[in-house]
Amino acid sequence: MNLAVAPAAPSLLETRAAAFLARHEGLRARLPGDAAVRAEGAALFRAAGLPGPREEAWRYTNLRALAEIDFHEPLVAQADCAGLLARLPAIDAPRLVFVCGRFRADLSRLPDGVEVVTGAPASAADPARGRLVALNAMLAEDGAAIRVAAGVDAGTLLLASLGIAPQGHAVAFHPRHAVELGDGATLTLIEVATGTGTYLHNPVLSARVGAGATLTHLRLQDEAEGAFHLSTVQAEVAERGSYDSFALALGARLGRMEVHARLAGARAAAHLNAAQLLDGRRHADFTTVVAHDAPATASRQTVKTVLSGAARGVFQGKIEVARIAQKTDGYQMNQALLLSPDAEMDSKPQLEIYADDVKCSHGATVGELDGEQLFYLRSRGIPPDIARAMLVRAFLAEALDPIAHEAGRAALEGAIERWWQRQPA
Amino acid sequence: MLKIDALAASIEDKDILRGIDLAVPDGEVHAIMGPNGSGKSTLSYVLAGRDGYEVTGGTATLNGQDLLAMEPEERAAAGLFLAFQYPVELPGVNNANFLRTALNAIRRARGEAELDAVQFLKLARAEAKRLSMPEDMLKRNVNVGFSGGEKKRNEVLQMAILRPRIAILDETDSGLDIDALKIVAEGVNALRGPGFSALVITHYQRLLDHIVPDRVHVLSAGRIVRSGGPELAHELEARGYADVVAEAA
Repeated sequence: MNLAVAPAAPSLLETRAAAFLARHEGLRARLPGDAAVRAEGAALFRAAGLPGPREEAWRYTNLRALAEIDFHEPLVAQADCAGLLARLPAIDAPRLVFVCGRFRADLSRLPDGVEVVTGAPASAADPARGRLVALNAMLAEDGAAIRVAAGVDAGTLLLASLGIAPQGHAVAFHPRHAVELGDGATLTLIEVATGTGTYLHNPVLSARVGAGATLTHLRLQDEAEGAFHLSTVQAEVAERGSYDSFALALGARLGRMEVHARLAGARAAAHLNAAQLLDGRRHADFTTVVAHDAPATASRQTVKTVLSGAARGVFQGKIEVARIAQKTDGYQMNQALLLSPDAEMDSKPQLEIYADDVKCSHGATVGELDGEQLFYLRSRGIPPDIARAMLVRAFLAEALDPIAHEAGRAALEGAIERWWQRQPA
Repeated sequence: MLKIDALAASIEDKDILRGIDLAVPDGEVHAIMGPNGSGKSTLSYVLAGRDGYEVTGGTATLNGQDLLAMEPEERAAAGLFLAFQYPVELPGVNNANFLRTALNAIRRARGEAELDAVQFLKLARAEAKRLSMPEDMLKRNVNVGFSGGEKKRNEVLQMAILRPRIAILDETDSGLDIDALKIVAEGVNALRGPGFSALVITHYQRLLDHIVPDRVHVLSAGRIVRSGGPELAHELEARGYADVVAEAA
């Protein structure tokens, strides 16, 4: 019997992956940076492709909508950025501005006391740890390598990404940044992503935090309504060092912020706090992997999600404790507030513990606004829209209040305020 | 003047209030006493506009305005204040912000100028001091980590700042020691006078030694079965509800 098996038609994800690979083939000779990293990324991406919904790590975040879009190269002659620049927080600090993934010296102000190199991808991130990191490695055109020498307090630095895609010309860009803090150094990095039109922003940032150093990483994902934001941070923290991050996501059509933190030295710490505020049909995913690879390391995660309309929120948090990592202290709390019956939250905590003397806890709650609290506020004369806003802010406060950087916190609170104002009463 | 006529209300088809007639004239303090389950708290919640109660008959007006047709925040703007039996905790909401938002919402609704942060803090500090409240209670989250007495004092502080025309105190004495009770009573007495009246709901006569009412009403099974002067509170204390209610029936 002779069965003729027709080759299966490629899926949307396969077609899109092939388009990215073709772009890589066309560009690779001309793109700057480490060719070996680029080749490794391409090999990994060619083998693995874009992640599909059958994969455990991507069960709740489906890239089908992204795969439907034909992404082009960003246009060289850029549109006027003034409107987007005005959206950046008014923080008096040096800034590095990237437009569609390319550094723009004319819009930037370089910091003192910090070494910044641009013009090529900065490549400390491991492309083997994520498909999108591989995609980034193979297509990255630019990035910032930010280096703070040992013992230096480098203050605050703003890292901004503006995405601009004209009507009918969706673009994709994959900036690749590296931050390195020497022993005892400190830096507050405020990262803002915003834009207009339909685009894919796939940034990768590697952070190396030296012994006793502290990197505070405040992030605002305020991308355009038609945008896809798929970002990955890989942080590695040496002994007594600290990676303190807070991410606020309230833009993009589909967003996923993945943070991998490895606590490599004794007493290293990571705070991976986040808030997601989603309306309409937006989808946002905050996915973390914390690897406790040394004794007496600590991680704290408080993740709050507020969902209205038919929005969908995802939190996946994995804590891995290696055998050597005794006295690990891991804490994870994930809470969601549903303001609409059509909203949905998916939550997946995971603990993998190989040491026997550890303290790890996690919790998750999903609920609506409390009717008693609402009535109490209204009985004091407060109209229901203001009362709801107060309770939502109160819900977020636990995640926001620990942010010690006042200007940074004010910028995030301002973004929350604007989000609230665009909600129907 | 708070005027309640033949007010009837139910919860989940269970009749709780079965025709309440009551008038509290401007400047007077009335007490409502009654055994557990007589409908005291239901009356206060129905007047404040809490969800879950169905008004099945009757009317309630404040200075001629139909309370039952208003949203809870409109009732507050019209001058109604309910001191909760169980004040609600609001984690993440700063007490001073809460009070200022409430005061300014009410002032806006009444067409009055809002107070800025400085003006408000001056007022709030003065009132807190009068109620012997530590100033840090303004900085804490609303009712979070407050003792029972602190929660009740916080209710009275809100009342003092919001200056209602009628305050309903729902078992404000429960859980208070004698010192806290005196402070709360002083807070209420300080507001007494033209333009302020109060309905003090209590199970015990104790509070009424400190807030001496103009009238006392006995509530039983959803009706007011007896009314009298302050001496009625002492009679209830001496003879118990069962006797007084049986006699009235």
